[in-house]
Amino acid sequence: MDMSLGFDAILLARIQFAFTVAFHFIFPAFTIGLASFLAVLNGLYLWSRDEAYLRLFTYWVKIFAISFAMGVVSGIVMSYQFGTNWSVFSDLAGPVIGPLMAYEVLTAFFLEAGFLGIMLFGREKVGNGLHMVACLMVAVGTAISATWILSVNSWMHTPAGYIIGENGQFLPQDWWAIVFNPSFPYRLVHTLIAAYLTTAFIVGGVGAWHLLQGRGHNRGVRTMFSMAMWMAALVAPLQIVAGHEQGLNTLEHQPTKVLAMEGHFESSEDGIPLILFGIPDQEAQEVRWKVEIPHIGGPILEKGWNASLDGLDTVARDLQPPVAIVFWSFRVMVGLGLLMVGVGIWSLWSRWRGDLYYDRWLHRAALLMGPSGLVAVLAGWITTEVGRQPYTIYGELLTAESASPLAASAVGASLLAFIVIYFAIFGAGVVYLLKLMAKPPERGETNDDIHQGPIRTAGITPAPGETLRHSPHPAE
Amino acid sequence: MEVSFDLTIAWALLLAFAVYVYVVLDGFDLGIGILYPFFPEKQDRDLMMNTVAPVWDGNETWLVLGGGGLFAAFPMAYAIIMPAVYPLVIAMLLGLVFRGVAFEFRWRAAGRFAEWFWDGAFIGGSLVAALTQGMILGTLLQGIEVDGRAYGGGWLDWLTPFTMLCGVAVVCGYALLGACWLNWRVAGPAQHRIRVLARTFGFATVGFIGAVSLATPFLEQSYFERWLAWPQILEVSPVPIVVVGLALWLAKELFDERNDWMPFAISLALFGLCFVGLGLSMWPYVIPPEVTLWDAASPESSQLFMFVGAVILVPIILAYTIYAYWVFRGKLGHGDGYH
Repeated sequence: MDMSLGFDAILLARIQFAFTVAFHFIFPAFTIGLASFLAVLNGLYLWSRDEAYLRLFTYWVKIFAISFAMGVVSGIVMSYQFGTNWSVFSDLAGPVIGPLMAYEVLTAFFLEAGFLGIMLFGREKVGNGLHMVACLMVAVGTAISATWILSVNSWMHTPAGYIIGENGQFLPQDWWAIVFNPSFPYRLVHTLIAAYLTTAFIVGGVGAWHLLQGRGHNRGVRTMFSMAMWMAALVAPLQIVAGHEQGLNTLEHQPTKVLAMEGHFESSEDGIPLILFGIPDQEAQEVRWKVEIPHIGGPILEKGWNASLDGLDTVARDLQPPVAIVFWSFRVMVGLGLLMVGVGIWSLWSRWRGDLYYDRWLHRAALLMGPSGLVAVLAGWITTEVGRQPYTIYGELLTAESASPLAASAVGASLLAFIVIYFAIFGAGVVYLLKLMAKPPERGETNDDIHQGPIRTAGITPAPGETLRHSPHPAE
Repeated sequence: MEVSFDLTIAWALLLAFAVYVYVVLDGFDLGIGILYPFFPEKQDRDLMMNTVAPVWDGNETWLVLGGGGLFAAFPMAYAIIMPAVYPLVIAMLLGLVFRGVAFEFRWRAAGRFAEWFWDGAFIGGSLVAALTQGMILGTLLQGIEVDGRAYGGGWLDWLTPFTMLCGVAVVCGYALLGACWLNWRVAGPAQHRIRVLARTFGFATVGFIGAVSLATPFLEQSYFERWLAWPQILEVSPVPIVVVGLALWLAKELFDERNDWMPFAISLALFGLCFVGLGLSMWPYVIPPEVTLWDAASPESSQLFMFVGAVILVPIILAYTIYAYWVFRGKLGHGDGYH
């Protein structure tokens, strides 16, 4: 009785953590790339003095502000959830990962928050030069933030540089080894590229939408579509390489996860097959109705044609991750990655033919692929995190031993509150984002489309926003 | 041993500083949400929100530093306190979610319902965040049941008359900070109404400080001995005496109307003194009366690794934060732009 209640609380805590992280992760995945895109647009404007770039900057900065606010508020939730739902983990791992997270706050969060106000509303007040500095600080801040949090996350996958103290705490021995733990560089590169691709496909999708609406004469629309397609063409293939490298790193440090990703329940003696599709059945310890290519798995894992492999059948059942989730989320991620490469190549072909702004099928494909980065990021995150189970700290601390001593009713009630409120709030946010995206960037783009009154631009002084009231609203 | 002793105290002071900065900075911008019901006009509300729009995000980051710093420097305390105040923390976070998005969504809302809803989210979120922060403080003061290295009490132990008193006190205090901030940063007819509210909330805040101060010594024997037993009373008595002095000075400034920034400065000092008083009560515990700072401290290596960074980075953060405030300085009024 008591046991089952305890299990319920842990399961609920896991669902709550997964739910709140999934919601949160969407926003930084988008804003990391968008912050850099905005810095580039602002730089291009200052360099060329071409108003089209300024217009694009003002257009996307509104979208950035909303996304960033949602990322911040959902991120504050994350920073406290370690303590509320995973207090045993916090107590034991705090000496190692606590300082890394404190460094994230000190080097990244303050930087972003401190310069965001100037980036959003300060151009007239500080001048173009300092405004550009603010844009760069925000962009750099998002990247630094990603660096620290990925170091923390990677350490939980490939812990290094610690000893276990007498009270069970993880005690730091070598900070260099902790920060630069074995999987960290691979994850950082793979995730940062994912963030840039996410942004590129959203920007490209918005551009494609306006091109399909017959707004090809709008230079802002053409520029955003073109820049996004360059990113897709150049960066999506890089991502395949980065992902492959991370896979090999995972094979080295978390082989069980790779077995789950590939669906290898059975050990193979001569030659590793590549299972394309199938239905993993953990009960039966096999993949049903599988479609597989013999031998190809060997070279992909950078082993020989006739290499042998120890399958999940060599791993105790209670130490196996949930295979079906890992197997399918991995296929979603890889499939979307390959489609991204396809769109990138297609755009190069269209560009070469001078057809980039007229190829309606390309525009339809780009529109459809708009959210693909977000889906791929979430699928990849599920692959890596579910693949770590049943551990929170791989090989060292079980998830079941990490949770807070809470009643299931308390965790369940808060989970329900999170679900209701997140869907309401972030649903509204997505509606506002889509409304902004549905309008093309216009000449005289301002920080406000709906009210003619002052927007937050006003700041504290008599506002430039205020003067808009008696100037004609050019966007109309 | 000597080094780790110093580091633990240094971290306690640094965390206290981070929490103080959070309380006064997010205090005044949460206070604006608490004051919203007194200003039903849209143009007043726009003006009030515009005074903090460029800086609120930075203000709130100090909360992340406070929580993250506790996690890093005193992980055991973090692991005990968070489950002990679980519903309060969840409510505070959700309140901050509502309030944070209201800053953006309010301007994007089309239609009366949406405007009403996001204004409501701003008010409700600010109120809930302030109330729960006060109650978390109260829970810490009244003591938390500890079992080994974990929380040992029930999940509603935090709900007592004392914690509710602390919650309401913090709501009033934040409203005072918000009103004093607006009094400094807003011109025109709105400023007059703000000053009246500042007086009201000033009286209320001082009253609640008195009530909480009178109740605290009776929560724990150690508090009683610190505050009311002879001869310690001589050492700590300057705190309440200066509080009374500051309260009188605040009243004088709010009625004299000479320096618009002065009431805000005095309020900050008032909050600072309450903080000192709080620290004197709790010392040397991080969770009174069970866990001392040293019981809960991270190993020396963790504290040192972070401390080096904090000593370098906190002054830099303060510098660019002050710069951001400087960029958006000056008064804002309805009439501006129309003359």
